[in-house]
Amino acid sequence: MAMIRQCAIYGKGGIGKSTTTQNLVAGLAAEGKKVMIVGCDPKADSTRLILHAKAQNTIMQMAADAGTVEDLELDDVLKVGYGGVRCVESGGPEPGVGCAGRGVITAINFLEEEGAYEEELDFVFYDVLGDVVCGGFAMPIRENKAQEIYIVVSGEMMAMYAANNIAKGICKYANSGKVRLAGLICNSRKTDKEAELIGALAERLGTQMIHFVPRDNVVQRAEIRRMTVIEYDPTAKQADEYRALARKIVENKKLVIPTPLTMDELEELLLEFGILDEEDESIVGKTAADEAALAVA
Amino acid sequence: MQDVETIKPGFPLFNTDEYQAAFARKRVFEEAPPREKLEEVFQWTTTEAYKELNFQREALTINPAKACQPLGAVLCALGFYKTLPYVHGSQGCVAYFRTYFNRHFREPIAAVSDSMTEDAAVFGGQKNMFEGLENSKVMYQPEMIAVSTTCMAEVIGDDLNAFITNAKKDGRVPMDFPTPFAHTPSFVGSHTTGWDNMMEGILRYFTLNSMEGKTVGGNGKINIVAGFETYLGNLRVIKRMLKEMEVDYTFLSDPEEVLDTPTDGEFRMYAGGTTQDEIKDAPNAIDTLLLQPWQLPKTRKYIEDTWKQPVSSIRIPMGLSWTDEFLMKVSELTGKPIPESLALERGRLLDMMTDSHTWLHGKRFSVYGDPDFVTGMCQFLLELGAEPLHVLCHNANKRWTKDITKLLKDSPYGQEAEVYVGKDLWHLRSLVFSNKPDFLIGNSYGKFIQRDTLHKGKEHEVPLIRIGFPLFDRHHLHRDTTLGYEGAMHMLKTLVNAVMEKLDQDTMTLGETDYAFDLIR
Repeated sequence: MAMIRQCAIYGKGGIGKSTTTQNLVAGLAAEGKKVMIVGCDPKADSTRLILHAKAQNTIMQMAADAGTVEDLELDDVLKVGYGGVRCVESGGPEPGVGCAGRGVITAINFLEEEGAYEEELDFVFYDVLGDVVCGGFAMPIRENKAQEIYIVVSGEMMAMYAANNIAKGICKYANSGKVRLAGLICNSRKTDKEAELIGALAERLGTQMIHFVPRDNVVQRAEIRRMTVIEYDPTAKQADEYRALARKIVENKKLVIPTPLTMDELEELLLEFGILDEEDESIVGKTAADEAALAVA
Repeated sequence: MQDVETIKPGFPLFNTDEYQAAFARKRVFEEAPPREKLEEVFQWTTTEAYKELNFQREALTINPAKACQPLGAVLCALGFYKTLPYVHGSQGCVAYFRTYFNRHFREPIAAVSDSMTEDAAVFGGQKNMFEGLENSKVMYQPEMIAVSTTCMAEVIGDDLNAFITNAKKDGRVPMDFPTPFAHTPSFVGSHTTGWDNMMEGILRYFTLNSMEGKTVGGNGKINIVAGFETYLGNLRVIKRMLKEMEVDYTFLSDPEEVLDTPTDGEFRMYAGGTTQDEIKDAPNAIDTLLLQPWQLPKTRKYIEDTWKQPVSSIRIPMGLSWTDEFLMKVSELTGKPIPESLALERGRLLDMMTDSHTWLHGKRFSVYGDPDFVTGMCQFLLELGAEPLHVLCHNANKRWTKDITKLLKDSPYGQEAEVYVGKDLWHLRSLVFSNKPDFLIGNSYGKFIQRDTLHKGKEHEVPLIRIGFPLFDRHHLHRDTTLGYEGAMHMLKTLVNAVMEKLDQDTMTLGETDYAFDLIR
């Protein structure tokens, strides 16, 4: 059996991680790859486009219903969708109670114990909650799990901040293990000079912009139908983009320990591309009243 | 092999050739380093250079001189009438609390957990709380369940107030069933913090919303809060002294009975303890005296702010002068004179102190334990003319450090003393190797320091005097008294006889050192 390539997708919340992951996984499946998606987000929306489902039953929800995790079997939680893609969602507690991070750890341990990784698989993709708030959400990149990390990013400032922070996080694991940054996926928001900017950021991080995914309304049209673009309209131009991304990932050999930027360096980069204006130190901490008083004087 | 006719206990059994051979094989199997190498490393750990390295330790605790919050919360809860200590969290933690107290008090300890497991860690422990409260009440028929928490529940942020209220709304226990609670994360503070938190939680539960009509001094009583107190004799001696003064009192948490049930054929899960009526009436007292004020800041604040009682400042009533202060404060607050019986007792203590002072004068003692105990012990040593050397407290703060440093520096016998806060027994081990005291005073864990110092050589041996908590390796010491004149007498007896015991050991060699092996000391 060939080595399973395990990839984790990180990125700022709302950037389009789940959509991108499912579309690219559909692209891989269309090429005949055997893929499993592991959703690591209490929202449990990482597999609905593949399963045409509203929300998949999650490992943690079923464990709670059954009493304990030990009472679950793999077949209860693993569903097969478009292109034979195997889907599981870790799930987690309601907002405000318990520990979602522990839920991810419990779920992944369960999958390992139940042999979810022992099937013939080419790829496993972990779709992880945007803000990596605690150690639980870093579970997918612990030793012997995902070794390739893709960060979904756009030309927006906060998305780039988040990407840089995630790169910092990867360093903690990369220096002691085999986890590597495999590339930035630019999910376009049609900001100015977006491809150049992300290309520059990727270069500074020591990695690559593996693909620039343009914005296209067909993605939304497919989503309403709970489908990936590749399934909904394989002839669409956007379907080509996702297939291209899938192919690049299959061929990707550029796995690096990232070189994250300092805050100043990142701001310089943003300044260079006109995303950020030069700060006017003289107005910092001045209230409207202060300024009015100054204007009078 | 054991022979049924001559059953051997552990030590002689393991001393037989068969077991000794097995131990030797085990060393080979475990690839143990050669004895010479072990010895070399041991000797290195006794050096000044090692001590310096040891004190640079940042992240590691070796042999802590403290325990964790819920342990204290359980002890506090045990002191209330028909109260079941209930720990919201994992089972193993509560098994540890039970065995810890079992081994010290040699009594069964009733405490339950709601057995949080993996799914509870993810979804929160509300379900466990629902079933736990319901089952505990049905099975063990308590009249109060006092809830505290383990780390697991604290890390995931379980909300006790909400969970308990929801359990009541769900009909698991009646709305009016008493369920005071305290959050007691083990990774913050120590067992004394947990005791304080639980006490505050209980006082809050029973008095916060019923302060109307309460008047300070209304019931003419004095409230006593002992804190994390593990000497039964201390609970008893304070009560005795107050009785002799004809002072009416309420002990807030009083585990004297439940930790000392007789073997008479009847198992008592609950015995004695402060009643709910007494708690509700406590705001009417003249004052609340905290016997271990360093460990009770939250209790103090609650009583001052909500009950508006003065919570008069006293020291732990340990040794002569601080017992004087305690009795005089009680007398001042109640108007009751200190009776002749106590004056007589004081005189007897003073007599004993003069009888023995020649043996204790200048003897150097290293002391470790909880902040109030260590303070009281040092004060008593100074009164005896003995010299505190290393004064180590794992769970004290900077204010305590300043206080005890002043106490020591103000006495001619405290000039050599060094105060260590936040340090553990492995630090203390280094300290006694480089600056040898005559004795070590503290809990049973000090025996390993005694063993190690003896291994370095008889002249380095620092014998342990067992006063503190826990005391696992001697029987019934928890029955002793360390507070009041009576406690001072007991401690004096213990200290001076340890000195003589040591001297006997040092002079017992026939024809060599026995010129000082005296019959009369």
